[in-house]
Amino acid sequence: MAERPEDLNLPNAVITRIIKEALPDGVNVSKEARRAISQAASVFVLYATSCANNFAMKAKRKTLNAGDVLAAMEEMEFERFLEPLREALEVYKKGQKGKKEVSEQKRKEKEKKANSENDKSREDEGEEEDEPMEEEAENEAEAEEEVEN
Amino acid sequence: MSSLETNSVKDDQASGNKKTISLPISRVRLIMKSSPDVSSINQDALFLTTKATELFVQHLALSSFNNGSGKDTNTLSYSDLANTAQETETFHFLTDILPKKILARDYLNSLEQMQEEEEADY
Repeated sequence: MAERPEDLNLPNAVITRIIKEALPDGVNVSKEARRAISQAASVFVLYATSCANNFAMKAKRKTLNAGDVLAAMEEMEFERFLEPLREALEVYKKGQKGKKEVSEQKRKEKEKKANSENDKSREDEGEEEDEPMEEEAENEAEAEEEVEN
Repeated sequence: MSSLETNSVKDDQASGNKKTISLPISRVRLIMKSSPDVSSINQDALFLTTKATELFVQHLALSSFNNGSGKDTNTLSYSDLANTAQETETFHFLTDILPKKILARDYLNSLEQMQEEEEADY
């Protein structure tokens, strides 16, 4: 759960970069507009989650899966996202496969370390965008926990 | 709309070369988990939601810019976003957090008008 309300915002720097990449060069985006888009993105996540969760509940599943998210996009009338999403998922899965052995080894090494250190790095996770390898290793560990539950 | 498509193609190629997503997955997960009825989310669903959020940000920014008034001045302003939320079906769910701004003077005028109309009814 989020301890602070600002935890539910997406990082402004990243949002700004995505906006800049989407617009033609040299477009000036007001601070108010950037903040509004960032808030809209958070609301989008919640809306998509709630739609996807409805699909999961209908199928009597407790865990949201890729199909639920794609079905949610259709329900929200964002069909235009379906193709790019499927492609991105393919690329992501391929990347995961290749990295799996490496991250598995890394995870084992990590587990050997003291648990307290592990918890601490998990708390800081949100701020560390520059270390995709480590984040993925942790996410994988978390995904396994969820299966056990 | 064709400009959006070419843009997303360009973006896909660029992201294929390096990272597939730029928003932090852990933060998106936190937002998803803040929803009370969600118990667990698998890794693919998490990835897809993060990617979808990026596509959404691009789509919202570009649609608002293309429909907006700032094309001549090369700016994207809050009112462009509020207009898009109100006028585009798929963005209707944003009207609560992107309310249209209205001048106090105009608001008072419309209030007055409503009162006059009510009095006329009696």
